[in-house]
Amino acid sequence: MRGVEYHGILRADGPIVIAERRENVGFSELVRVRDRSGQYRLGRIVDISEQAVAVQLFSENTGISIDDSWIEYLEKPLTFRVGDGLVGRIFNGLGEPIDGYPPLMSSDLRDINGRPINPSARVYPRDFIQTGISAIDGMNTLIRGQKLPIFSGNGLPHNRLAAQIVRQAKVLSGESQFAIVFAGMGIKYDVARFFIDSFENSGVLTRVVMFLSLADSPSIERLVTPRTALTAAEYLAYEKNMHVLVVMTDMTNYCEALREVSAARNEVPSRKGYPGYLYSDLASLYERAGKIEGCEGSITQLPILSMPNDDISHPIPDLTGYITEGQIVLERELAQRGIYPPIAGLPSLSRLMKDGIGEGMTREDHRDLAAQLFSAYAYVKTVRDLAAIIGEEELSDRDKVFLHFGDRFEQEFLAQGEFENRSIAQTLDLGWKMLSVLPESELVRIPPTLIEKYLPHAEASKPKE
Amino acid sequence: MSTGSIIRISGPVVYAKGLAGAGLYDVVKVGAAGLIGEIIKLKGDLATIQIYEDNTLMRVGEPVECLHRPLSVALGPGLIGSIYDGIQRPLPVLKGLSGAFLKPGLAGEPLDSRKKWHFVPSINKGDPIAPGTVFGTIQETDSIQHRLIFDASVPASTAAYVAPEGDYTLSATLVGASDGRNYTAVSYWPVRTPRKFKEKQVTREPLVTGLRVIDVLFPIAKGGSAAVPGGFGTGKTMTQHAIAKWCDADIIVYIGCGERGNEMTEVLTEFPTLIDPRTGRSLMERTILIANTSNMPVAAREVSIYTGITIAEYYRDMGYHVAVMADSTSRWAEALRELSGRLEEMPAEEGFPAYLPTRLAEFYERGGMVTTLEGKKGSVTIIGAVSPPGGDFSEPVTQHTKRFIRCFWALDRDLANARHYPAISWNDSYSEYTEDLIAYWDAIDSAWDSLRSKTMEILKKERRLADIVRLIGPDALPDEQRLILLTADMIKAGFLQQSSFDNVDMYCAPPKQTLLLSCILTFHELAEQAIEHGSPLIKISALPIREKIIRLKSSLENERVQEGQAVIQEIRAAFAQLGTMAQGAVSA
Repeated sequence: MRGVEYHGILRADGPIVIAERRENVGFSELVRVRDRSGQYRLGRIVDISEQAVAVQLFSENTGISIDDSWIEYLEKPLTFRVGDGLVGRIFNGLGEPIDGYPPLMSSDLRDINGRPINPSARVYPRDFIQTGISAIDGMNTLIRGQKLPIFSGNGLPHNRLAAQIVRQAKVLSGESQFAIVFAGMGIKYDVARFFIDSFENSGVLTRVVMFLSLADSPSIERLVTPRTALTAAEYLAYEKNMHVLVVMTDMTNYCEALREVSAARNEVPSRKGYPGYLYSDLASLYERAGKIEGCEGSITQLPILSMPNDDISHPIPDLTGYITEGQIVLERELAQRGIYPPIAGLPSLSRLMKDGIGEGMTREDHRDLAAQLFSAYAYVKTVRDLAAIIGEEELSDRDKVFLHFGDRFEQEFLAQGEFENRSIAQTLDLGWKMLSVLPESELVRIPPTLIEKYLPHAEASKPKE
Repeated sequence: MSTGSIIRISGPVVYAKGLAGAGLYDVVKVGAAGLIGEIIKLKGDLATIQIYEDNTLMRVGEPVECLHRPLSVALGPGLIGSIYDGIQRPLPVLKGLSGAFLKPGLAGEPLDSRKKWHFVPSINKGDPIAPGTVFGTIQETDSIQHRLIFDASVPASTAAYVAPEGDYTLSATLVGASDGRNYTAVSYWPVRTPRKFKEKQVTREPLVTGLRVIDVLFPIAKGGSAAVPGGFGTGKTMTQHAIAKWCDADIIVYIGCGERGNEMTEVLTEFPTLIDPRTGRSLMERTILIANTSNMPVAAREVSIYTGITIAEYYRDMGYHVAVMADSTSRWAEALRELSGRLEEMPAEEGFPAYLPTRLAEFYERGGMVTTLEGKKGSVTIIGAVSPPGGDFSEPVTQHTKRFIRCFWALDRDLANARHYPAISWNDSYSEYTEDLIAYWDAIDSAWDSLRSKTMEILKKERRLADIVRLIGPDALPDEQRLILLTADMIKAGFLQQSSFDNVDMYCAPPKQTLLLSCILTFHELAEQAIEHGSPLIKISALPIREKIIRLKSSLENERVQEGQAVIQEIRAAFAQLGTMAQGAVSA
């Protein structure tokens, strides 16, 4: 009952606290624990039996004592207050304001876990978002309502890339209300500062809602942060009809926190100690992206995760890739050669691209052009492997042409400035320019009519001697 | 009905006492909200229940009501074109009740009880009633006639009343039996029990998918079972969608089990606009969707597979050929693992329960070609996607699945990266049905078998040569061997690769499949001869006819396959010309 505190707990074990069941509490109910110093902590009921309840705390557990603790049941799940004036605010991971201003003037409390979207109420996303980045627009198109993560590694410029996308993203069909929701989980203060500065410089800071659970906040808080952020996003998208771009970084920290709690609860682990429900848990976040019927707004997710040891088969990127609609993979080798953005040509993918491009959306040649660039670039990789063994000189003339294509593709098409904003037409024309390096008979993925129309003929270039 | 009470709540698993007479897998209504659940363990008075919905704020002491019947699906006209969740609640109806977001405790009738259907009786008063007897028909869609058949649970008696032909709702009694039972157009069947049939048959008829790599290299039989394993982004769902669109089954049951919501939306928006090449009707008029996406409750994901297969068996019993797409069986296995973990069972490999292989076997064995109770031939073909963690096929779900399927379409990361779709690897895939199906294909084109084995041979040789090329480069190879590489490239680009966006290429009928192969292999054969007669490979690869053959897949419509013979003539002419030029060069 609200306002009634029960004295004493039975056991404290990591983030899990076991207390006697002295009131008929509900599953998943919010709990407030007061410790000997009078400090409050929030938690959630994760198991109830006739005698006892298990509470998982959202904050650190130092100083919880068996006798000197008071526990209060709040009769509701963890909620987040939404309302006018949400945009522009900064909250901590639990959804409490930390920008020095009072809480929102609203009585509208939302369960942070949200509810699953009825699949038959979804609207299939088709609106092309122009990010101004050729590697994304041309090859891995971002669509409004998509969830497209950036798979990165430590030391790679994922933050700069995310900031550039936020700065440049626009929909070709006119202006509309937009907002950015930023969830920082376990990131360092400088990273948070980088994003704040970058939002400020591009003049969008007033359209941003921030949720910061920095590296020094308790790790368990990170389990709540993305849910609070997505609750805010859902409110803005589905009630305020805004187009919301959600940036969540770093998902790896979220998963680590999940593993910590799972271990504390003595659950049977699956791969690398992560709980067996990691997939379902991640899905409960990522699937909150999308568009629904009868509503203008949309939620586009741009989660960032750092792949431990650059290993894409690690459970975190692996399960993410199974849920999200593609991935933008950053490649260390490209970054080391000074190419920005170092977006890996082949493993990157946008699953929604196929229905958001083409005539009437981008341009009629987009799909075939992208397919041809992918297949030619894939062959470049084979040729490079061969060249590494037998030497470039020994390659056949055909292979040398491809090698030349590969270099130009990386340096002119993939690479671009951090503040360079290319229109989709520029990107596609550039793609054709790259293809003009190759003999026309190699372009079998493109129908002859399109080759006729778009391929620049002037430039019949020869491989470097 | 007995009522007990909750004594413990641990996520979607709750424990209850006081359910007298409850049986394993009985349906229960849990808590004040009446959430649907299933009893999965009994120990004395203690019942363990898995709940199919979100149980936030459920309390200890709330009532549990046992319905004393296993979880069943409603079967009757109106299933086709529907979209259900894992426990057969119609999602569009739920949308009307709770808006775009699903709330727990909602109920909706799976089949619209107000809609009237035109019933034509096929028995008369006094006729015997027995399992397998057809008592009437209803035209469900323009191409599907719904045959109302007494199922195996119906006791034998005689018909005391038969409704005359006319329009009836689903609650109207159509047949009254002499033992006092009344039968409507709707029947119920427990999802975990396979429906009965007379006998299983060996199948010698292919499920034509219109995908060349499958139909020619790794064909599947009607009533067969196949697995499509692949890491993320390799095109499992795309392959399943393509098969669901173009295969020659009468009915498609598409189970989206723990996958993306947008994929179901894609089917819902795309299928109604596509036309089935065989019936000329919209593809949605043969499709049933079960959508339990990854963010919907995990226990319902476990049962969604059974819901789908039971509906498939129901149409099989009417004598239809049904294809079931299960996307993905790995998510289903993970649901088993999650629930097993909550039950604190001893895990086997990678945390999966020890009974995983048994469950997989039971599922795949529900497929097959059968003689129905009525004596007709019907089949259920199962195509299950497998999502191995890290794309590693040695993990338990892929390995156990391999034991129970006979067709393995392995998706390859490198092919997918090069945007070679469908990314079905010709090195790792296999089909055990090939031998059974040769007779069928030979009737269409007597050269099928030899074309197929020649293609496989070239691809096999190419694989061996590719290893050498990787070490010393292609220039070191003699022309005959480089021709193998050239032909293999043509097979890949002009035959194996198939675009699902190209209106001509998306569906390839069997005659065109063999034609494309004949063209490529004719080219190969003539090139071999030309090389023997001294033509250099560089001249052969420069022949414009080569590009034409590669583009043939998207330039020649299925209906115009006859014109393909002209292309073969053209190939011959091109080589004849090459021959005279070479002759000329020699004599000069």
